[in-house]
Amino acid sequence: MNEHKILIIGGGPAGMETAYQLKKLGLKPVIIERSDKLGGHLAQWDRLFPASDDAEALLEKMREQCIDIEKRLNTRITNITKENNIFHVSLSNGNSYDADAIVLCTGFDLFKAERKQEYGYGIYNNVITNAELEHYFKTHNDERINEPKKIGFVHCVGSRDVKVNNTYCSKVCCATALKQACEIKEEFPDSDVYCFYMDLRMFGKGYEDLYLKAQKDFDIKCVRGRVCEVSENIEGKLVIKAEDTLLGTPMKMTLDLLVLMCGMEKASGIERIQNMLNIKSNADGFIETRDTFYGLNHTKEEGVFVAGACTSPKTLPDTIAEARAAAVEVFNYLKDNGQQTFSLRF
Amino acid sequence: MMDDIDLELFNKLEALNPDIKTCMACGLCTATCTTGKFTDMSFRKVILMLQRGKDKEAIEKVKSCMMCGKCMMVCSRGINTRNILLSITRIYNER
Repeated sequence: MNEHKILIIGGGPAGMETAYQLKKLGLKPVIIERSDKLGGHLAQWDRLFPASDDAEALLEKMREQCIDIEKRLNTRITNITKENNIFHVSLSNGNSYDADAIVLCTGFDLFKAERKQEYGYGIYNNVITNAELEHYFKTHNDERINEPKKIGFVHCVGSRDVKVNNTYCSKVCCATALKQACEIKEEFPDSDVYCFYMDLRMFGKGYEDLYLKAQKDFDIKCVRGRVCEVSENIEGKLVIKAEDTLLGTPMKMTLDLLVLMCGMEKASGIERIQNMLNIKSNADGFIETRDTFYGLNHTKEEGVFVAGACTSPKTLPDTIAEARAAAVEVFNYLKDNGQQTFSLRF
Repeated sequence: MMDDIDLELFNKLEALNPDIKTCMACGLCTATCTTGKFTDMSFRKVILMLQRGKDKEAIEKVKSCMMCGKCMMVCSRGINTRNILLSITRIYNER
């Protein structure tokens, strides 16, 4: 068993956790990561919902667990062929591996806010994204965030919207928005903070507590209605329009800062790897799993497993749980097949 | 335009009854309201209207309230609606 080699494509939370668990199960995982470090999107985040836990502490723990695990950073997959249940994988650094199983942990891309032109991202200076606000919390370095008095958050940017061909819910934005709303209110206590939502999907452990805390302790004002357009007035402030759907009246408001809660989209370039492995996508672009209950860690291709947000938008706890499940599924697969050992080839 | 509204009285109301902030617009208060069957009284809407500066319309609704307190019994956030209605009568009558 311990000579089996498993290739993990992607070094974010899903990849790191899958690799760590596989190693604990006595197998030999190798992480292939295209960037120069492990961590994925987690490395860009400052604090995590629902309780504003330190993202870096979690990241450091996960990285530490991967210290002894073989990894190839700054590396891309150039080709994969399959022969007798063995995957021959060529890498951009010229190496190649023979692997008994592959786990796709390729994650997601954040929706590109400029695609929703009506929100004016990239046009108006004071329209920023959730990721940029998180970067500000991390570095306190963003000229656009300058003592704002009125701040708006737009939920569901690039999610639940046929106009951008994304009909799904990205799952993490509601909780992220309320978390960030509390954090910015904490930083600028004199400001008024509005969240424009369609539904508040506070489904996870501690999320409803976060919602109540945001209302009660931070005076975050939740307005039910999607912002339809943003413009700039002569003073360079943002004017937004929405319907207050709970009253059934139109609403117009001037803001100093608007934060767009960009949702999750399929990772760019993932089709290239999917084509090599003969793995299809769902209509939403995310990787297709074997079924929707029992085969969530499996693709329809024997020996190719999945974990994390590459199959659908996922929270961190979901991703970590799925990574652990994937490791067990890989272990069972290899045990049942009783495959022979194949060594590293350079 | 939300920028021009005067929220002085609402802020006063909110300071006295901070539980107002926790409304999640479920509509239980309105669904259970006896008066609401015959008039357009809706506690949820009254609060929202005051928040949006539509004081006159809100007070008009409050006038038909019979203070039975059913809305307080059903509120899933435990908001003391009865107390808030009394506060509204007092605070908004001052003007």
